[in-house]
Amino acid sequence: MSTADGKDIAILGVGMHPWGKWGRDFTEYGMVAARAALADANMQWKDIQYVAGADTIRNGYPGFIAGATFAQKLGWSGVRISSSYAACASGAQALDSARAQILAGFCDVALVIGADTTPKGFFAPVGGGDRKNDPDWQRFHVLGATNPVYFALFARRRMDMYGATSEDFARVKVKNSKHGLNNPNARFKKESTVEDVLNSPVVSDPLRLLDICATSDGAAAMVVCSMDFARKHLGTTEGLCRVKAVGTVTPVYPQSILELPDIASDSTAVVPAPSRKYKDSIAWSAYEQAGIGPEDLSLAEVYDLSTALELDWYEHIGLCAEGEAENLLRSGATTIGGKIPVNPSGGLACFGEAIPAQAISQVCELVWQLRGQAGDRQVEGAKVGITANQGLFGHGSSVIVAR
Amino acid sequence: MSETSNSATTLTRVPIIEGWFTDDVNAPTLIGSKCPLCGTYVFPPRNGDCPSPFCESTTLDPTPLSRRGTVWSYTENRYTPPPPYVPTDPFEPYALAAVELEAEGLVVLGKVATGILAADLKVGMTMQLELDVSHRDDEHEYMVYVWAPVNP
Repeated sequence: MSTADGKDIAILGVGMHPWGKWGRDFTEYGMVAARAALADANMQWKDIQYVAGADTIRNGYPGFIAGATFAQKLGWSGVRISSSYAACASGAQALDSARAQILAGFCDVALVIGADTTPKGFFAPVGGGDRKNDPDWQRFHVLGATNPVYFALFARRRMDMYGATSEDFARVKVKNSKHGLNNPNARFKKESTVEDVLNSPVVSDPLRLLDICATSDGAAAMVVCSMDFARKHLGTTEGLCRVKAVGTVTPVYPQSILELPDIASDSTAVVPAPSRKYKDSIAWSAYEQAGIGPEDLSLAEVYDLSTALELDWYEHIGLCAEGEAENLLRSGATTIGGKIPVNPSGGLACFGEAIPAQAISQVCELVWQLRGQAGDRQVEGAKVGITANQGLFGHGSSVIVAR
Repeated sequence: MSETSNSATTLTRVPIIEGWFTDDVNAPTLIGSKCPLCGTYVFPPRNGDCPSPFCESTTLDPTPLSRRGTVWSYTENRYTPPPPYVPTDPFEPYALAAVELEAEGLVVLGKVATGILAADLKVGMTMQLELDVSHRDDEHEYMVYVWAPVNP
């Protein structure tokens, strides 16, 4: 390995199955994404040495063993596998698993894959029965605290602390719906106006139906490899997208912010809260690995589970100071054509969430943008991109890709 | 818990979940856990190890938590949550508040007293713990802790 490559790995190919809501076997979607990623990489399945699957927990046993499920679907080849579950960060954790195998020299080239089929409506606890010690069961049974309840707590705090308005939240949807209009993989390709959002029914005050992301079916995959393998495969590494960082940190005690699915925060009575809050630390761990900062970014794909949470992410990933996100949005900086476009793919607003595929799809978008293949949603001259997301139970991820 | 008469039948009053709050209707408190070694707090209550990575205690003691705190944030459910939530019939929108307890350094999420909605709340407001009926079945009245605004 050339020392100039550091701890980079190359992304040879990416592929997706469009997001939607069909209720079919999740492996059908996954196979489409896997074939697309292999074709994009100009590779054959038999050449893949490792499969890192991101798990779905809503599709029974095959979902819990995603690595093996897809290895079998593609045809048992003796390939080694892993299956990762990290809630919304599952796809990034699968990427991190493949990256560690490659950097350790245990394999040269790996397939990273995630696919999901989701039920309609609110996510409810998985598993059934009365599990009185499970915080996920407790929050639903005792409080009716759905996921949008937590999104709403953050939204309301922005309003009361920083003067954010429902119109500000709506403008995030307007921006993302415009971005996703020409994305062939997006589920919702319809431009929304501020009025559309404000006229949609309130789900968890202050958030309305169009402020909150849907649950979707979808799949994403990528082929990643060592820089040496890329050099042999392509004859050069010139112009290749490189994974510069995968941040997958957990919170530091005390986690003083109330996060999904907890009923209470940790206590700050004895140990003070860490100076860097959890969601900030996710991106900063990636910046530190990559040796870059927010000022180096060309674009960002962040987890807009709600419109207001996209605004929170502007601050968590360091695009602006706390309380300044509404101003950044209103300035147009985060729209394509602005200084730092956020969610040029259209984000979760246009995709809805297909949990194990989502973090991988964020990286796919970075790759298309950095290669200049993003068509009508292209961010001109994109060189460096970051993804950020967060899931239940102290999971989160941030991936930095540079070209 | 105690028995209450409800029109024709007599319902037994029970907590919606065991051990999270006292059944003193006039001055209920949440029951948390406190580490006997370092003094940190935990809610919901549990046994076993202290959550602090700086502490080696393997036990926690039950302890009442402050009845009063300030609103960290709040929301209002307009749609019926899915099971295992047991809704009232018909479903009525209700508010939830995350309340910061200063002495314990905890933010605790709870329902807000019946009839108080998001429009009545604000970050920083003082709230007090009370008990309210969550739902009923043929034999039971299930009680839940709620946050109620303290009248100035």
